[in-house]
Amino acid sequence: MLNLTCPNCGITADETDLHCDGQAHIARSGINANDDELENYLFMRDNPKGVHFERWRHIYGCGKWFNAARCTTTLEVFGTYSAQTFTPPKALINKIKKKRPNWEGFTK
Amino acid sequence: MSTRLSKGGRLIDRSKSVEFTFDGKRLNGYEGDTLASALLANNQRLVGRSFKYHRPRGIVASGPEEPNALVGLGAGSKFEPNQRATTTELFAGLHSKSQNAWPSLEFDIGGINRIMSRVFPAGFYYKTFIFPRFAWKHIFEPFIRKAAGLGAAPTEKDADKYEYFYAHVDVLIIGGGSSGLAAALEVGRSGAKVLVLEQKNTWGGRAPVDGVVIDNEKSEEWINKALAELESMPNVSLKNRTMGAGVYDHGWATGYESLTDHMPSKVGPRQRLWRIRATRILTTTGAIERPLSFAGNDLPGVMLAGSVRDYIVDFGTSCGDIMVLATNNDDAYRTAIAQCEVGLKVAIILDARSNVTGELPNKARSMGIRVETGMAISKVKGSKGVSGVSICLQAGEGIPIEEIKCDVVAMSGGWSPIVHLWSHCGGKLNWDNDNAMFRPDADRPPLGADGSGFVIVGGSANGYLKADDSIKDAISQGKIVAKQVGFKPIKSKNITVDVEAEAEIEQIWQMPQGMSVKLQAKTFLDYQNDVKVSDVRLAAREGYESVEHTKRYTTLGMATDQGKLSNINGLAILADSLNAEIPNVGTTTFRPPYHPISMGSIAGDARGELFKPIRKSPIHNWIEANGGFFEPVADWRRPYCFQQNDEPVKDAVKREILNTRTNVGLLDASTLGKIIVKGPDAGKFLDMLYTNLMSNLKIGHCRYGLMCTENGFLSDDGVVARLDENTYLCHTTSGGSDRIHAWMEEWLQTEWWDWKVYTANVTEQYAQIAVVGPNSRKLLEKLGGMDVSPEALPFMRFTEGTLGGIKVRPFRISFSGELSYEIAVSASDGQAFWNICMEAGKEFGIQPYGTECLHVMRAEKGFIMIGDETDGTVIPQDLNMQWAISKKKDDFLGKRAHLRSHMSDPSRWKLVGLKTVDPNVIIPDGAYATDGKIRDSGVKNMIGRVTSTYFSPTLNRSIAMGLVEFGPDRMGEIIDFPTLDGKIIKAEICNQVFLDPEGERQNV
Amino acid sequence: MSSITALNGAFHNGMIEIKDAGLIGMITLRGDLKSEVVAKALNFVLGVTVPDQRKITSTPKGSVAWMSPDELLIIIEYKDVSKVISSLNNILSGSHSLVVDVSDARAVFALTGNAIRDVLSKGTPADLSKDVLPIGEVRRSRIAQLAVAFWFTDEISCQLICFRSVGAYIMEWLKNASENGSEVNFH
Repeated sequence: MLNLTCPNCGITADETDLHCDGQAHIARSGINANDDELENYLFMRDNPKGVHFERWRHIYGCGKWFNAARCTTTLEVFGTYSAQTFTPPKALINKIKKKRPNWEGFTK
Repeated sequence: MSTRLSKGGRLIDRSKSVEFTFDGKRLNGYEGDTLASALLANNQRLVGRSFKYHRPRGIVASGPEEPNALVGLGAGSKFEPNQRATTTELFAGLHSKSQNAWPSLEFDIGGINRIMSRVFPAGFYYKTFIFPRFAWKHIFEPFIRKAAGLGAAPTEKDADKYEYFYAHVDVLIIGGGSSGLAAALEVGRSGAKVLVLEQKNTWGGRAPVDGVVIDNEKSEEWINKALAELESMPNVSLKNRTMGAGVYDHGWATGYESLTDHMPSKVGPRQRLWRIRATRILTTTGAIERPLSFAGNDLPGVMLAGSVRDYIVDFGTSCGDIMVLATNNDDAYRTAIAQCEVGLKVAIILDARSNVTGELPNKARSMGIRVETGMAISKVKGSKGVSGVSICLQAGEGIPIEEIKCDVVAMSGGWSPIVHLWSHCGGKLNWDNDNAMFRPDADRPPLGADGSGFVIVGGSANGYLKADDSIKDAISQGKIVAKQVGFKPIKSKNITVDVEAEAEIEQIWQMPQGMSVKLQAKTFLDYQNDVKVSDVRLAAREGYESVEHTKRYTTLGMATDQGKLSNINGLAILADSLNAEIPNVGTTTFRPPYHPISMGSIAGDARGELFKPIRKSPIHNWIEANGGFFEPVADWRRPYCFQQNDEPVKDAVKREILNTRTNVGLLDASTLGKIIVKGPDAGKFLDMLYTNLMSNLKIGHCRYGLMCTENGFLSDDGVVARLDENTYLCHTTSGGSDRIHAWMEEWLQTEWWDWKVYTANVTEQYAQIAVVGPNSRKLLEKLGGMDVSPEALPFMRFTEGTLGGIKVRPFRISFSGELSYEIAVSASDGQAFWNICMEAGKEFGIQPYGTECLHVMRAEKGFIMIGDETDGTVIPQDLNMQWAISKKKDDFLGKRAHLRSHMSDPSRWKLVGLKTVDPNVIIPDGAYATDGKIRDSGVKNMIGRVTSTYFSPTLNRSIAMGLVEFGPDRMGEIIDFPTLDGKIIKAEICNQVFLDPEGERQNV
Repeated sequence: MSSITALNGAFHNGMIEIKDAGLIGMITLRGDLKSEVVAKALNFVLGVTVPDQRKITSTPKGSVAWMSPDELLIIIEYKDVSKVISSLNNILSGSHSLVVDVSDARAVFALTGNAIRDVLSKGTPADLSKDVLPIGEVRRSRIAQLAVAFWFTDEISCQLICFRSVGAYIMEWLKNASENGSEVNFH
């Protein structure tokens, strides 16, 4: 049962107070997208063994979305951060690199 | 025979006799007894039959590791099968029944399996599945079904109550033995918030039984002082009768508290499931003794040495007059010494080790006990109980040297640390060859949210089996844990622990080491599942090398005790058979719960009325009191119809439709979603959300709109009203309010966070009451307070004012095709408004109507319903709703997806009306249309399906809507709908608007 | 005219006292909580400052609870709602904000007793320790399967709100959880 800290209200909440909605930082592909871009946007998702960035909503709490960086194998939470950003914060990326030297880094 | 001793028993109160029954026999025990100790005190050694061979089985252990003594407890609504006699506290009136035996425990027909045991080898079920195939269905399966299974399932609804409790602590300590208490004192004194769980009713663990002296006091004294100090600490909570059941991710753990099991007369819930979040979990769960593997080791009267000692010391109960003790370690000698100290006899101690000179063996020798070294049990004699043993050389094959009479065999193959909780969440183990055990590897702990280990093990669970080492280790782990959670351990004086020294254990995995195949087949590893040494060896010969596979093939460790006694012994036999080292064979995975917990505790309070919340509209109670026939609509309950004078539901629906179309009907539409969207970018936002253009909606006007997902599929619909320049009110479907509000917030928070839009879900702020029918305006005029004329309030407009003295916002919208007003009032005034409508409407023939009437009326008008005409694969174009898709907009959610080739395929099934040739026949919902062709796959070629189908009382004929291939181009064509009974219903494709296509009824 | 709450005066006394708090005015205010204009609006209607994260501030006229980074809940007398809404809208008119009446969209419980934290802990995964949830702090979480918000006004008094449609369910849940004989004595 995961425990994540919502950066919006500061509460460390039980997984059952939260709602996970998959991979973070997927840019919306608009009306001009070609078929491949649309397919990527709608259906294709990363499934890494290791560092992963996810979207969460504090659904039973403040109702706000946030992003979390998490290890899918050890469930270590590297950090949570604002959903209003296109890439994870630099400091967080550096922290993950320190903990996971073999990590390929944030790609998008 | 086993019996109550004249003296002793530190846990029982001999002044309080307790009557109970076992298989109908009335027996007596004492307060403080377990069911097992009371059964032994009554010489009830045979307590059950084994699962596969129905062999007679007796009590082996004194705790949760017990494999045999499973009983059915209670009766009727309080009956519960598979309860361990060893963990069941005795109470007056306890009613217990043996299991897995028919017709009786003493004479069990299933025992025939024992004779047939040669045909039930390891993997029997798997082998039989394969060949011969017919045998499974006709011979084995019926037979096994009758004989298999443990206790009987309860037949009545559980009469007890259960609940959860969420606790948050810095440190959770699981295990309240002397080591756990010593650790708790360290953590508690540091100031950290601690919760200590102990599965038994008593604290202190084995120390009092083993005569351990702590701080120069009898351990009982020390335990009482420790408890008193812990109880005085405000930061410490102690919970006995609470088993640490499971450890999960991020410091989550469950505790299984028994509240009334030991005292059924007590008021309140029977069990409480603790759901604990701890920064660190310290497990001081102790160790479990292992049986020895010798022939006949499953006969009633063969018991774990430590448990025999427990029964003597804790319960003043002898397990037999004459004991044979078989061991490979020094600790077991304590049992022989205890047996002698209460005046009973030890015939012989068979120590498999050749060199035995420890403090405890010497004490036994000095008491006159015969100690034979390098010796083993060849075979246990007896049929329903032990009558003696033949002894042999441990080094040999088992040739009997001597026969010895006895009525109890105490055995000890050493102790295994209880590492389950460490392992539940991924903690790894190391094999300690010197001490013959797996112990936690502190360098590979289960990892928590911060990436560091969150479970710490202390005491004998950590591999420190001797009391002095165990307590010392627990104290140091306690200090470490306190620091890890940010507190400073208090410096305190060292605790002294006095206990006899013990010499090294020797690894003895079968007895004698070279036992014959014949003896192997009588030597049990897993008592509950009847797995023998010969089965594991057979599995190895057949190529099973992984312990996980062997486990499933032989069912070793898969019974309700999950192999607490058998795992290590089985593993060692497998390793030996494969000629491998024990750690290389691996261990099986420990999964929660540690010990079975009740389904009731898992369900908690979510039963009956509390099982699932039901949403109730402000009119709910009135509907309930006035014939409302409820149906679930999402989490709401809405009236399908209102039954008058017990009329059938069908008649009620028909009456409501005709009345609404002729007079006036009243509908509780409060469940409709209502979301306020406000801000300078609100129009732009709604233009993205809806397929329609919403930003050009005039203030005071309403517009029906559609929403799609990014896949292009229809997701919701409803009427949008523009309240002012920057504010819109979006209506959603009844089931869609929370989902659509979340959908809006998701886009605003995670994609268009720079857009200036706020939303608020005000669904429950308003009761919404639809006044529908030709007389609706007359009714509102009678209520008075505002102008509801066609000029003041035309179709698709709204306004604000009062009606009958109540503040209202009427919308001129219609889902029925009738003159209709949907009137929003504050939820608190909803019932009052409903009442004045009913009262004022009397003269106009008002009747309330339900959801089925609503459905039929909208179908008569050809209006779509989300969930009927849509199913997650339907796009607006399929429903010919191009009129609701704005061509002026560059983009909206789903627009790009509508351009995909499959979405723009002209052969997509499209919405049409369907009129059956026979007007009295109604096409079944969901029926498919076929064209007589057969597909390559052999099924009929389907060219469409029915989405809505009703009998229309207004038109006095059946009507339907459906999606049909090229449907709109095939008006007038008659197509076939085959039904399940082989008939074909013929229907004509027509316009889906069956009633009043010009809208003359609503535009008045 | 008879305005009624979802709980319609419900009352129960077990380990704690559970009472329908009656008709209570509640206004959701969404806006930039750091802006001067929101501070001005709150000061004008209640004489309070904007509450800190998760806090509730009270005056004799009413309270303001922090609900999320851009949302406050203003709690006042039921009869004053329209007046306060128009005052707020007047002051906030130039700025991007939303003021909306939610008085009737909620059920409000007044809980009294020593065992409130124990009772609520039977259903909410939130940490209700006195140091984690002090008096004057709002916690939004769930009870059983439903969203709730609650805060302590003193050692033995707590206000709990849920959606109106599930008020009856929460009442039943609270009654069950506070039944005599199910004491926990943890908090």
